[in-house]
Amino acid sequence: MKKKEMVAMLLAGGQGKRLKGLTKSLAKPAVYFGGTYRIIDFPLSNCSNSGIDTVGVLTQYEPLVLHSYIGVGSDWDLNRKNGGVFVLPPHERENGSNWYRGTADAIYRNLKFVDQFDPEHVLILSGDHIYKMDYNAMLQYHKERDADCTISVIDVPLEEASRFGILNTEDDLRIYEFEEKPAKPKSTLASMGVYIFKWEVLRKHLLEDGENGDSSHDFGKDIIPLMLEDQQSLYAYPFEGYWRDVGTVDSLWEANMDLLSDNPPLNLNDPQWRIFTRNPNQPAQYVAPGAKVSGCIINEGCIVHGEVSHSVLFYGVEVGEGSVITDSVIMPKVKIGKNVRIHKAIISENTVIDDYMEIGIDRENKDEILLIDKKSKKRKTVTAKTL
Amino acid sequence: MKQLMGVINLDHELDKLNELTYFRCGAAVPFGSRYRLIDFVLSNMMRAELESVGLFVRRKYRSLMDHLGDGKSWDMNRKHGGLFILPPDWNDPTDTSLGDLQHYHNNLDFFKRAAAKYIVFSGSQHLNSVDLQDLYTHHLEQGADVTLVYKKIDQLQPEHEVCMRVDVDEDRKVTNIHQEKDHHNVYLDIFVMEKKLFLEQVEYCIAHGESYFFRDVILKNRHKFKISAYEYTGYHSVINSLESYYKNSLELLQPDNYFGLFKENPVQTKIKYEAPTRYLESASVSNSLLANGCIIAGTVENSIIFRGVQVRKGARITNSIIMQKCVIEENAVIENVIMDKDVHLSKDRILMGDSRRPFVIAKSSKI
Repeated sequence: MKKKEMVAMLLAGGQGKRLKGLTKSLAKPAVYFGGTYRIIDFPLSNCSNSGIDTVGVLTQYEPLVLHSYIGVGSDWDLNRKNGGVFVLPPHERENGSNWYRGTADAIYRNLKFVDQFDPEHVLILSGDHIYKMDYNAMLQYHKERDADCTISVIDVPLEEASRFGILNTEDDLRIYEFEEKPAKPKSTLASMGVYIFKWEVLRKHLLEDGENGDSSHDFGKDIIPLMLEDQQSLYAYPFEGYWRDVGTVDSLWEANMDLLSDNPPLNLNDPQWRIFTRNPNQPAQYVAPGAKVSGCIINEGCIVHGEVSHSVLFYGVEVGEGSVITDSVIMPKVKIGKNVRIHKAIISENTVIDDYMEIGIDRENKDEILLIDKKSKKRKTVTAKTL
Repeated sequence: MKQLMGVINLDHELDKLNELTYFRCGAAVPFGSRYRLIDFVLSNMMRAELESVGLFVRRKYRSLMDHLGDGKSWDMNRKHGGLFILPPDWNDPTDTSLGDLQHYHNNLDFFKRAAAKYIVFSGSQHLNSVDLQDLYTHHLEQGADVTLVYKKIDQLQPEHEVCMRVDVDEDRKVTNIHQEKDHHNVYLDIFVMEKKLFLEQVEYCIAHGESYFFRDVILKNRHKFKISAYEYTGYHSVINSLESYYKNSLELLQPDNYFGLFKENPVQTKIKYEAPTRYLESASVSNSLLANGCIIAGTVENSIIFRGVQVRKGARITNSIIMQKCVIEENAVIENVIMDKDVHLSKDRILMGDSRRPFVIAKSSKI
């Protein structure tokens, strides 16, 4: 293999329990977002747009969809003769088999993969965030400071800081302390889960951590503190732009809603920074006479007879006459009958909603986002009534 | 299917779509919000899993080649076989062949290298979803020399005038081929025959100074060959004039046509990575087809909108076809217009065509 300056390792093995039914049989990075994408499209497209052509994708939980989705990587222009995208599931070795025990362990078990490319730097990414970022600009920053590790950070409101890994830095952004979800945060610089390491330095610490039985083998909890203890030079890279952790049903819904304003904070129509995805090859969307569509995004293959406002429709969704959908996310190939009302809900793919159903109307807890799938009882017993 | 190979012959097709075919051939004309005319025949061939497909082009094929690439979109980027784009480049001073026979003569290797024993030929102007496997089976069962595909058209339209017609008897045999205007059995420009017979006939015709295969071989020998007829009953339209293009495009807004052409058998096209279409609060859309990547803030009625089109606030589009990446500025009004790619229409402009004769705006104009 030809030597590479930087290899990306994308952590895509997470289950994402807080996404409830959406990840029942799907890894979190494969969850749908934004009318046509899956979450993993964002880091993969960022790599492609940043000119990083070698990406290892580490899978573990429910890998089938992810593996077949990524395929040879051609949709992200990552089907390369030298490099490209590699799916890396946990595997058996001479001395037995183990699941990935943590984020750092996943990289530790793929040392040989990274070593093939003999890279100067390694980019560690997670597959559960929505953002557009030029990793190459971050690499330049990392090189200018001759850092052993650079962590990309985003400024969060103080009251939310305790939800994140918080970095405490000197004035020149050199990190002296890392606190995972601190009760009393000292700063508002939250880690975005995007790291660039000097491979040589990371390699040494991974080997050390791998032997340590007491370690949880996590980048935030173990590797970063270990490196700080060893007096390595760690820098924060301030990122300005849109970034969302979509690990919960609420945050996934919110991030979808963020796309709906007239000037959305995340521009998906930028020809210079396309978000690539596997094309479902559907015909053009049809908006029927009498339909109303406003403040929404709708994908190809949809047939809309009813009213859709402030909502996201994925491909192949059908909305019957007289139906009204507000503040909702409708995933692929959902069939919605006639005179249905849906408010503030996520409808999981392939769900069929019968005529005259009401979902999320007149309920007590207005803040809760309803998650409806094929087997969902909610719409019948708790929140839906058949007229 | 290893036994069958495909030929798409564009040589006899005239580029009669005015501004739309100034710089591209008819097969490359955008159609149905996100497709080009060639996509329909290629998708039929993809579904029949043909061993290899040869595309004979002569003029203005730059945009067609750009669209087709290596054939990946139709699963035709194969190690063996797949899609071959065969331009007419040839400099043999002793070559006496003419017309599409010249193409066939110049590319004998393409035919000889393929293992397939049978060839299905098609043009690109008849939009249909003929099951080519079923056609092939029919051809074998009938033991015919040639099988022609036709559709019985109840209401003949002006665009059918130039189409060939076939007389069919009760045994599904073609008894005559002609061009009577009020005859209802319209020939779809698709036929199947054995490769061996095809090559023999090509050689014989060139030796006798002929030039077009269908006219000089099939039509002339219609009483000598055993010609079978295969009836097709699905969606069908002919795009051979600006009027037929406009009319058949807007007829896609009828659910039967939309489902018949797109949903029953998916049609493949070159993939673009556009975001889904965004409708702003001020949008008002009715009875329209829209592709991805659009941002709609104005009013769209009874229209076909291609990828990446922007319709600003207060703009109004009625009975029109707006192709890729056009920008319609605030309060502009468009009625009965076909707008080619990349047109920029400034604020407050008004463009009106007639419903039978749409106003066509050439590619990349600024108005």
